[in-house]
Amino acid sequence: MTVPVKPLLTVEDLRVTFPTRTGDVQAVRGVSFALGRERLGIVGESGSGKSQTGRAIMGLTPGHAKISARKLAFGDRDLLTMPARERRDLRGKKVAMILQDPKYSLNPVMTIGRQIVETLKTHEKISTSAAKARALAMLEAVQINDPERVFSLYPHEVSGGMGQRAMIAMMLICGPELLIADEPTSALDVTVQLEVLDILDKLVADRGMGLIFISHDLRLVSSFCDRVIVMYAGRIVEELPAANLADAQHPYTRGLLNCLPTIGSDRHPLPVLDRKPEWAL
Amino acid sequence: MTSALSIRDMVVTYDEFAALDHVNFDIGTGESFGIVGESGSGKSTLLRAVSGLASFDQGTLSVNGRPYSGRKRDKEFYRTVQMVFQDPYGSLHPRQTVDRLLLEPLVIHGFTDIETRINRALDEVGLGSGFRFRYSHQLSGGQRQRIAIARALILEPKILLLDEPTSALDASIQAEILNLLEQARRDRNLTFVMVSHDLGVISHMCERLAVMKNGKVVETVPRKALENREFSADYTRQLLVASEGFRRG
Repeated sequence: MTVPVKPLLTVEDLRVTFPTRTGDVQAVRGVSFALGRERLGIVGESGSGKSQTGRAIMGLTPGHAKISARKLAFGDRDLLTMPARERRDLRGKKVAMILQDPKYSLNPVMTIGRQIVETLKTHEKISTSAAKARALAMLEAVQINDPERVFSLYPHEVSGGMGQRAMIAMMLICGPELLIADEPTSALDVTVQLEVLDILDKLVADRGMGLIFISHDLRLVSSFCDRVIVMYAGRIVEELPAANLADAQHPYTRGLLNCLPTIGSDRHPLPVLDRKPEWAL
Repeated sequence: MTSALSIRDMVVTYDEFAALDHVNFDIGTGESFGIVGESGSGKSTLLRAVSGLASFDQGTLSVNGRPYSGRKRDKEFYRTVQMVFQDPYGSLHPRQTVDRLLLEPLVIHGFTDIETRINRALDEVGLGSGFRFRYSHQLSGGQRQRIAIARALILEPKILLLDEPTSALDASIQAEILNLLEQARRDRNLTFVMVSHDLGVISHMCERLAVMKNGKVVETVPRKALENREFSADYTRQLLVASEGFRRG
């Protein structure tokens, strides 16, 4: 695998542990990868640690959890020892995250426009009118036809697809270098999914951002990303170029690919995953 | 083919909004019939209206030749028609054990051989009696959906309404649940009406499918037509393209 000369993000031996009454639960167990200005997909089922990996990079791990890593660096800056204040400056400005469901992740009592302007004013010295102009331009960039109208709407007044576009606008307005998208289209209708992915794809390509695309959908990720990491039980079980998905070696990856019903294939019963305990070792 | 479920000109309105707009279906005994559409297309409303969870304002519904009105349903109806819901986390009572969950329909319908039926129902969905006295929060999503299926099958219904039964589950668990449903259908000669937004799942499970949009049926096609792309509606094509995943263009 070609690792870029100076990676945008370096993750080495990342571990996220949640203490519980019955002992520690390790959600992420030694994940390592380097990310350049490329599209990296992280795939796994629920509980595989894919979202916790994204959250740890973003600095959104719950307070009671323990994070450890040999190295967790954004460019030259060490994220592990960085004071919370600096981390806050980074978040939203240089590193941004798109979450799954706009219904829950947008502020319900603030108009969409105000939320976007708030992001901008937190990170840049900018007048309110200039911020509004930038927000409107950004809403237009995510292909919202009537940005003026959407600017003054509340999240409950727009559809899921529109809300997700507003979230993309909000996350990209400060021009981040790294974007983490955690299941950005899973809550949307199939026909809307493609539109949103298309917008995301163009913006990421135009702005030369690094993208981490987290999803449970192996096929979707491989069609969208350059490189795919497959996670199982908190570990990376396989890493491969998205184009070579058909040559996947690990039985888990092959099983995931195999168990999806597709149009035109007549397989009754469907093959099911035979989970081997050694995968989780 | 006799028709197990016949729906004529069914209309469901919420205030002024027509959630179902003159929908017609005839589903044969032993058939597996799929309904696809996106949110707001009326596919779930249709199942709720058929099952009696929502009332319909116009039209007729008949099950195995017996007509039913919009509101009242008798016990006989629920012996014949059962439903499995989308969200296994929301459709099981959080403070009842599996035993209690499965017991309730049996008591309502006056069954006497309760012990054997509960054990058999658990075995049939591949869980075994070890799960009998657990609460639903002690089960995984796939196990919960198995319990929901066991609860639906325990009354030995003839028609099973499935509202997105696997969309909340991981892909590998989805395959297990789909296999289980197919097995149950073969063993009991059930009639399925399955709703999903996933064309892949519907074409795997159903012989015939209807595409719905805005409360109307856009078209009804056999599975083969989907494979050979022999359909007329542009909307069906859109859904098919969407189901094939992202293409950089």
